[in-house]
Amino acid sequence: MNRFLIPLGAFVLLAIVLAVGLKHSPEKGIIASPLIGKPAPVFTTTLLNDTSAKFDSAEFKGHWTLFNVWGTWCFACRDEHQALLDIAKRKEVRMVGLDWKDEDPTATQWLQDQGGNPFDVIATDHDGRIAVDWGVYGAPETFLVNPQGVIVHKYVGALTMEAWEREFLPRINAKS
Amino acid sequence: MLPELGHFALILAMLLAALQGFFGIAGPALGRDRWTAAVTPAVAGQFVMLATSVACLIASFVDNDFSVLYIAENSNSALPLFYRVTAMWGAHEGSLLLWVFLLGCWTVAVAIGVSRLPRRFAARVLGVLGVVSFGFLLFMLATSNPFLRLDPPAPDGRDLNPILQDPALAIHPPILYTGYVGFAVAFAFACAAMLEGRMDQMWARWTRPWTTAAWAFLSVGIALGSWWAYYELGWGGYWFWDPVENASFMPWLVGTALIHSLAVTDKRGLFKSWTLLLSILAFSLSLLGTFLVRSGVLVSVHSFAADPTKGIFILVFLCVMIGGALTLYAWRAPLLKSQAGFDLGARESFLLFNNILLVIAAATVLGGTLAPLISDSLNLGTLSVGTPYFNPTFMLSMLPLTALLSVGIHANWKRGRLSDSTRTILITLIIAVTTAVILVYGVYSNGKVLSPVAATLGVWIIISSLIDPIDRMRRKLSLPRSVVGMAVAHVGLGMFVLSVTTVESFTLERDVALGVGQQTTVGNYEFRFQGVKAIEGDNYNGVEGTVVVTRHGVPISVVYPQKRQYWVQRQVTTEASIEMHHGSNVFVALGDDLGAGKWSVRFQIRPLVNFLWLGAFIMALGGGISATDKRYRIAKEATAPVAAPGGVTAG
Repeated sequence: MNRFLIPLGAFVLLAIVLAVGLKHSPEKGIIASPLIGKPAPVFTTTLLNDTSAKFDSAEFKGHWTLFNVWGTWCFACRDEHQALLDIAKRKEVRMVGLDWKDEDPTATQWLQDQGGNPFDVIATDHDGRIAVDWGVYGAPETFLVNPQGVIVHKYVGALTMEAWEREFLPRINAKS
Repeated sequence: MLPELGHFALILAMLLAALQGFFGIAGPALGRDRWTAAVTPAVAGQFVMLATSVACLIASFVDNDFSVLYIAENSNSALPLFYRVTAMWGAHEGSLLLWVFLLGCWTVAVAIGVSRLPRRFAARVLGVLGVVSFGFLLFMLATSNPFLRLDPPAPDGRDLNPILQDPALAIHPPILYTGYVGFAVAFAFACAAMLEGRMDQMWARWTRPWTTAAWAFLSVGIALGSWWAYYELGWGGYWFWDPVENASFMPWLVGTALIHSLAVTDKRGLFKSWTLLLSILAFSLSLLGTFLVRSGVLVSVHSFAADPTKGIFILVFLCVMIGGALTLYAWRAPLLKSQAGFDLGARESFLLFNNILLVIAAATVLGGTLAPLISDSLNLGTLSVGTPYFNPTFMLSMLPLTALLSVGIHANWKRGRLSDSTRTILITLIIAVTTAVILVYGVYSNGKVLSPVAATLGVWIIISSLIDPIDRMRRKLSLPRSVVGMAVAHVGLGMFVLSVTTVESFTLERDVALGVGQQTTVGNYEFRFQGVKAIEGDNYNGVEGTVVVTRHGVPISVVYPQKRQYWVQRQVTTEASIEMHHGSNVFVALGDDLGAGKWSVRFQIRPLVNFLWLGAFIMALGGGISATDKRYRIAKEATAPVAAPGGVTAG
């Protein structure tokens, strides 16, 4: 046995670990969220363009919800907008948006420019505190909340129809 | 137009890198001298293309060309000019371009440096560097092109991540990468020697200055990153054992081992196969670091743009480069035989232990870094390894290392007995213990069990390192740069050890809520909060607090910690205020607005913490002094074997 083969053997083992780790990581949504499996953080906030109405996190209960964190300043949000509009059309879930660190008039104008509002309701997060509670790392991020109000999945980056069908729909169908 | 020009130059650079790799390896192997001769022009061409590419990207940043996706995502028209330039390496794509460009710079320097070496050997070194460069350029063009256009163009950019808008962090990546990439040179020399089947002492001599220089850059790069984290993140910590920090630290540890083992190979012709292995490992760990940071397999505060498809590419590249080099090693290393032996008390023994301990330290860091990944792969659940693992395991190998250093530094090559230097060792140890006891119990009082031990080791290293140069000066002997460099680097290490000890043992910390005019006491210092006022910068606004600092009632200074909110990304950054006083850092960071005029404020007194970074810079300085020793200047006749001189010089 050639002892000089030992480093090569060790490297092969390491490469296998890395390969397995790599295979696992897309499933984790790249950045695993400690919030998965936990109840959605509690918050109450005003709605976009309507400071008299409130959104309360208790409203998550009773139906599957797509919770999307977006902002007008975020490029990838522009990329995913069409996908959100398409998902909204299918009426498989309730669509809740969180407008992150924006001003209401800008946000309204932006939604118009992007071809419409995919959300059933848009909560606002002017100072960014709600997003911090949700562990948001950068917009866009999309969460799936089940009818018990528990976060089931987190997706980082621009949402696509393909990702919706691969990562979100199976979870809804499996548990409802 | 400029982005297309840059893109085109990048493609040409990749083709030239391929030619450089092919001619450099195939030319000497097949004995085709014309092919061999084509390597140097390919190096020059590749460098010109890389420089063009970098210039185009920087110019586009300066022009605020938001039709380029990378620029739209990482710059903004309100960004000051300096940061528009440094934003070039503010994210994944641009930092890769910087990486390859720096590799190009090293390659040119090596091409000039090896021009006096045997032609075929030189071509092989450059050929291996060409392969590395080709791999990275292919990766960039395939998955991470910084020149992609955005259609329609963005009206304005998303801005550079505000935490990166800082002078120390702006220059941190280029310096760190220069170190990382520099280990590619040692790697290339090792591969060339193995390809050639000529793994003699000359190979080690040629490699030494390059490796030492790379190590010095890496030291400065890591220290800058740590310093930045200290004052910018607002937590007052200097090292977090974060995967990305570890990614830079592992090559540093192995690189340190390599420097010492190269010294043995150069001086005594020993440890040859071990030195080859370390040369491969140091660069492999640099590549592995890139993989860990960029593939998203590990969650880290640093991985801004992680993407699994990039991970697959890097993994394949890792397998080709590291797997290839280790295969070559398994094939060639058995041919090596060391003729000479050495005594247990000789310098060689100490350097052997040095190497073993440093490699163990690197392995424990690697294990801790990969632990979450391994436990996840084996479906053992998510495991998180932090300071409670890293600190003790790392100390376990570092404490013996520092003790051995203070003893072994006096040992002679080949024939050494501990009894020869017993007197010196005892005297330095007594001075060190006395100093440490005064420091721990006199100046700072109390401390943990290990504090006096660690402080002793720190002081002991400093004193022991100075013995040889002082002795030489007293006896009016020559003082070569390698001797001075070694002493300086070890003094830096001693300062570092001492600083870590005092900081870990004697730091005082308090988070308090203060209203205007209220006061709090931390250690010997009193802090009076005078309220906050609004401030506005080029691309941010924020608040600035005013805190009057006194020591036993005597005014020392007034500090102004800030909290900034950057306009575009709306991110809040903390600009802590740090004052030096009596060797301690008085650290004040502004926390949250608690309403009713109250603010939470964090106060820390960290004794000798500046020695930490200063120590690291001094280590690097020592490396720089050593690397420029004239014995490494290659003379024309350097191909003739040189007898290993005795004496006590080491790099």
